[in-house]
Amino acid sequence: MTVGNGLSKKLLKNMEDKFITSTKPTWCPGCGNFGIWLALKNALTKLAIPRENIVIVYGVGCHGNMRDWMHVYGVQGLHGRAIPVAQGMKLANSNLHVIVVSGDGDCLGEGGNHFIHAAKRNPDITVLVHNNEVYGLTAGQASPTAQIGFLTKSTPSGVVDPPFNPSTLSILSGGTFAARGFAGDIVGLTELIEKAISHKGFSVVDVLQPCVTFDKVHTYEWYRKRIQKVNINEEKLRDRLAAIEVARQWGDKIPIGVFFETAMQTSEEREMNSEVGPLYLSPIPIAEVQKIIGQFQ
Amino acid sequence: MLAKACSRNGYGVIASNEYPSLIRGGHNFVSLHISTNEIFAPKSSIDILIALNKETVDVRKKQLAPNALILYDPKDYEWKKEEFGSDITLIPVSFSGAAMKNTIALGATMVFFGKEISVLTDVIKDIFAKKGEKVINENIKIATEGYNYAKSKFASITSHTLASGEIKDAKLMMNVSEAVGLGAIAGGMKFAAIYPMTPINALIPFFTDNATKLNIVYKQPEDEIAGINMAIGASLAGARSMVATSGGGFALMVEALSMTGIMEVPLVVDLGMRPGPATGMPTWTEQGELHMAIHAGHGEFPRIVLAPGDVEEGYGLTKKAFDLADEFQIPVIVLTDKYLNETQWQLSESVVNHMNQSVSNTTIGNIKDTPPFKRYDVDTQTGVSMRSLPGMKYGEYIANSYEHEEDGYTTENAQVRISQVNKRLKKAQAILKKALQPVIFGNTDADVTFISFGSLKGVIREAVATLIKKGKKVKHMHVAWVYPIPESFGEMLSREKRLICVEQNATGQLASVIKEATGITIKEKWLKYDGRQWTVEEIIEKYGR
Repeated sequence: MTVGNGLSKKLLKNMEDKFITSTKPTWCPGCGNFGIWLALKNALTKLAIPRENIVIVYGVGCHGNMRDWMHVYGVQGLHGRAIPVAQGMKLANSNLHVIVVSGDGDCLGEGGNHFIHAAKRNPDITVLVHNNEVYGLTAGQASPTAQIGFLTKSTPSGVVDPPFNPSTLSILSGGTFAARGFAGDIVGLTELIEKAISHKGFSVVDVLQPCVTFDKVHTYEWYRKRIQKVNINEEKLRDRLAAIEVARQWGDKIPIGVFFETAMQTSEEREMNSEVGPLYLSPIPIAEVQKIIGQFQ
Repeated sequence: MLAKACSRNGYGVIASNEYPSLIRGGHNFVSLHISTNEIFAPKSSIDILIALNKETVDVRKKQLAPNALILYDPKDYEWKKEEFGSDITLIPVSFSGAAMKNTIALGATMVFFGKEISVLTDVIKDIFAKKGEKVINENIKIATEGYNYAKSKFASITSHTLASGEIKDAKLMMNVSEAVGLGAIAGGMKFAAIYPMTPINALIPFFTDNATKLNIVYKQPEDEIAGINMAIGASLAGARSMVATSGGGFALMVEALSMTGIMEVPLVVDLGMRPGPATGMPTWTEQGELHMAIHAGHGEFPRIVLAPGDVEEGYGLTKKAFDLADEFQIPVIVLTDKYLNETQWQLSESVVNHMNQSVSNTTIGNIKDTPPFKRYDVDTQTGVSMRSLPGMKYGEYIANSYEHEEDGYTTENAQVRISQVNKRLKKAQAILKKALQPVIFGNTDADVTFISFGSLKGVIREAVATLIKKGKKVKHMHVAWVYPIPESFGEMLSREKRLICVEQNATGQLASVIKEATGITIKEKWLKYDGRQWTVEEIIEKYGR
């Protein structure tokens, strides 16, 4: 397997892995999840966020197993429901850095409604979509991002329905940061995740991820031949329609990089009384309550 | 308006409503029961009927009490005296603008009550305070027109003059949704995610009107699944959280409810019942979801179900629900219904005057600086282990919907599985020790003991009071703590001579819950499931037969 090709020894050499747990990863050897996991750890290390302020909410799928080899506050929720949990946590304590580790099935199948509504609200959270076109944990059925014609256990004659594109979907739905990365390019992916976490608002990184067990088509080599890094200038990055034009490209050329980034008020900023600090610590304002009680007389 | 006016003047008041599932039109009916003393249920007979259209008289004619007054607009229909009993008085009132019809009629009503118009106009000033002087003055003008008209033409009618109200302590008027909201605030609630659904909708404006002032966040989620998952997230991060819904929305929340069981997350659910299955009769009432509240969720985990019977319990039990959820790290379900949520009741102001600025979170903290933090420590007396909140150093763990080790990391080990299941279920014993006793009203040595839960509290209490006045030896047991029921309740029931379980459903769910907990079979079940609340009169009549 070629996962090592993208792993930058230089990047990792002088950094201590603070996130290690006693559990060893159980992903298949060569799984794209390794690359995403390393890039996430790199990004968190570079950003120097205190470990106790990081929360990762995991979806259910192969990606979600990361929880057991990642030493941060973690939430392993229900299939498809990671994004609402993340929004609740961020609203309750806006000091936290909340990251959703989700998959294409988790995020766009079972949780599709939550994905678009979160984009619409623009909470300050980051979503990593581990996108491999298959349901790995249930042994290889087609996911909502599977391309037409793709052969899987649930589509023996090839996928017939057109796929979702996580990047265009998030841009269209109101998200304020969209990027696509490749699990085999850990250096590039580290940079994208770092930018996504630093972005204030709903940031989505669509990560192309080979499934070495259930997908013999979209291999590391297959992706390497097609991916092309794009460098969009700052002004163009704010152009939603232009971003969709780039993000929708698929085929012989698959663009990766940051497609869209814009500043907008976040969900938390709209909801919170910023004077009282994090919601979970705010007191019961007795005088106000008494006034409200008075209205019932 | 009238309810508030009476409440402020020392009267007992209950305002209930009936309406079809339509936004405009259909037969909409508000009934006010007014008494010189405290009352606990509406009344079905009508003394004064204000008919804003012809249909109202057609539908309500049968309920008219002797000597009733009918206020109607002759432009709708020219009612003839012969169409009613000879004791009925017809009062033609020309209602001007459609929106103001009721204000004119209420002004006129003050004459029949023998009250000054100021009793009403003082309330108008407060109710429309936010809408400004113009709206206030317009309403006062119209109410006064009605008053002057009745005073000049019908001052001789004194059959409905009210004696002085005898209630001394200050009362608030609110529905149970609002009482639940107030209880939530008092219980330290910081986050509510509610997808709109009848009959809990009144809770939403209570929160949204005051969210910033109250330091809370109300979020309208995309669906109930998102709602409960957001609330779980907020709770994990340390904010006391709730959701509110009806049966259909609760059905969508069930998977996540089960997750609160294994993650051991505090959560309060306000489940407002209405007739099902499925969409059923959305704007009517029923108590058909007791079984669902108790059994919802795959897998086995402890919970508490509370069923308030009035506004005071709506406030008090919701407040308590947040403490219990926090103490035991479990979901607590507050079971309400359409009747409670959309009826206006009186609540003594003194009940809500004891709020603290903060609530004590007794099961958060105690983190040592030597990781790993054992979030799911099995070595406890009660099954409750200390929890950490994100942001607390050395407190990292996984809130895991998979079975887990003491530090939250996933496991499928048989021994660990057994120890974690036992840990969670151990809470049940500690919870039972907290169980509230049933509220008992009536004769100690009763021939007949009525048992009910939730919204039948007031109806049966009134019926029992009337039956006692008639010389019957009866009593009522109101079960507000419906789950888990302690065995001691069985001993209490076994001493009763004759038990009758009165419920607002078709299968006698409370009787079945009691049987499961105590082994006692309640043979007599009075069940009503037409969507209309049991009335005091119906209970008395059925008893008589």
